Amino acid sequence: MSTTPVLALRGICKRFGAVQALTDVELEIHAGEVVALVGDNGAGKSTLVKVITGVGPADEGVIEWNGRPVRINRPHDAQALGIAGVYQDLALCETLDVVGNVFLGHELCKGGVLDEVAMERRTRQLELMDTLSIRIPSVRVPVASLSAGQRQMVAIARALLSDPKILILDEPTAALGVEQTAHFLDLIERLRERGIGVLLISHNLGDVKAAADQVAVLRLGRNNGFFDVLTTSQEQIVSSITGATDNAVTHRKAWAWEAML
Amino acid sequence: MNRAEASELKAAKAHTDSTARRRQGEPDREAPGYLDEFVRKLRGGELGSLPGVFCVVVIWIVFQVLDHQFLSPRNLSNLSVDIVGTGLIAVGIVFVLLLGEIDLSVGSVSGLAAAVFAVLNVNDGLPEWLAVLAAVLVGAAIGGIQGFFFARVGVPAFVVTLAGLLAWNGLMLHVLGASGTINLHERGLVYALTNRYFHHTAAAYGLAALSAAVFFLTSYQDRRRRRAAEVPYRPLAEIALRTGGVAVIAFATAYVLNRFEGLPLALLVFLVFVVGLDYVQRRTKYGRRIRSIGGGVEATRRAGINVVWVRVSVFAISGTLAAIGGLFLASRVASVGQTSGSSILMINSIAAAVIGGASLFGGRGSPWSALLGMLVIQSIASGMLLMGIQTTVQYMITGGVLLAAVVLDSLSRHSQKTHGRA
Repeated sequence: MSTTPVLALRGICKRFGAVQALTDVELEIHAGEVVALVGDNGAGKSTLVKVITGVGPADEGVIEWNGRPVRINRPHDAQALGIAGVYQDLALCETLDVVGNVFLGHELCKGGVLDEVAMERRTRQLELMDTLSIRIPSVRVPVASLSAGQRQMVAIARALLSDPKILILDEPTAALGVEQTAHFLDLIERLRERGIGVLLISHNLGDVKAAADQVAVLRLGRNNGFFDVLTTSQEQIVSSITGATDNAVTHRKAWAWEAML
Repeated sequence: MNRAEASELKAAKAHTDSTARRRQGEPDREAPGYLDEFVRKLRGGELGSLPGVFCVVVIWIVFQVLDHQFLSPRNLSNLSVDIVGTGLIAVGIVFVLLLGEIDLSVGSVSGLAAAVFAVLNVNDGLPEWLAVLAAVLVGAAIGGIQGFFFARVGVPAFVVTLAGLLAWNGLMLHVLGASGTINLHERGLVYALTNRYFHHTAAAYGLAALSAAVFFLTSYQDRRRRRAAEVPYRPLAEIALRTGGVAVIAFATAYVLNRFEGLPLALLVFLVFVVGLDYVQRRTKYGRRIRSIGGGVEATRRAGINVVWVRVSVFAISGTLAAIGGLFLASRVASVGQTSGSSILMINSIAAAVIGGASLFGGRGSPWSALLGMLVIQSIASGMLLMGIQTTVQYMITGGVLLAAVVLDSLSRHSQKTHGRA
């Protein structure tokens, strides 16, 4: 992993009024690397995701894309670079079928008329559908009648349609059962093989251990350690999240920050 | 498109082996067939037009048993003209329901449009086409204004259009002025809308043959394209069967109509609207956006679609169709009066859309729902009239049918949700 990261955040700061949500946050994601972003509630995970996806741009700091500094001020900027996200609520249209959801907003047309055949063909060719098609009778069923795991697959298929370089998965396993989670972890493996950089936000350290290469811990809006999954125990990560292993600098700053409130 | 293509290419390269495996395992790439799909949809809670069709059949049988005049060519022909005015309004309602909203002002808007037409044409002597244009534009503008308040200002559509219901009715009475009732010119275009028939038998049979042929050709063309693209397609036998069904209904209708006065102009116009708008709703990007907003506003917004514009335009469509429907209703009674555009009209048009299978929860329905639902409502009204039963009873029965339709809609939505969790 000595090459230039696809996405690098350097010294990101973000405040909401009097609250300093992020302070000097660093993060690097390489191609084909799965980085888990963990932290307790309110640690700044969602804020960081919003910075990356352009929903809530950073106040200070530099975002580098393939080594070059870029600006992400709107969701559109992030999409144009090749950053796609699957959010916790999935954002699917209940009454549209799988094909309609995958192509929502990017429908294929032929002479001003929807080209359903081409869209269906491409949907079936998406590699995800190999796993999905086992479990759904047809790509023409409305999303409302799919299970949580199947919906997740549809949302990911939708994100992958634009061929992103970085995929952000926000709490992807929260709504999934045990077997579905296993399927999902397989899927992340395939994304890694395709050279997509994945930012996995999760509370479930079991999943993080199973899927991620690197773990970045946020605590009180600051980096609180980067770990290699293979060489780190779950306990170490937990203590880093909860602050049991605060290094002196973080601890002092955090203390000062808490006193300010 | 290019990005999609690129990703697809990658996917294809990475997993050629799995695709090949899939192809070998599935030598027969025909779809599971209508019957399986039908059963699956029923289980999934997608009842579609089934309850509406069932309703029509039951009502027709019951009234025919009670009064042998009910299924006479004369009565059925009149029925086919009577459904048009309210039916067009109901088509507009279907579009609003697809968005997941409601438009309560359609009755008043239709009355106002008819009044504007009558005053401009009869009282002020404006050329008829100009008066028609003005009436339709009034409907579109009102729809657009209501849509703006809903989509841009953020007032619930229910309240905006409830205000409209009152305000536009008031404006209609004001426009009509002291005279009260205005009779339309008997030689005019609008009068002809519901009183002109194509007496030649070839007209109705020709239309029936045309619809069967078009249905077959589009199905066949779709099958060919799907086959070429290697996605599931319909077996030829099923296409033939469905075409046969369409042909039987079309020719039976033509036969009955020809035994009275022939093909009514009003029915032809209505069918053109239904078929055309059904196409817009199913096959265009715009239609897809309407349905996607009804299925999930947030998802649609995040997909980069201009939700406000789509919403405003749909309310404008609803207003336009209400105005056109109002002209048909005025034509049917050859006059515009203070009772034009009553709230019964609004209730009937919404009931028609829901009974025909459009969902109150958005995203499901088709202009055909309006036709089917109108057939149910007008059949009840017509049968009651034949038997000399009072409108009070008719209202109660129509109300019961509407309640049943809404209950079915809610249950089917519930079933679909639980089905998904299974």
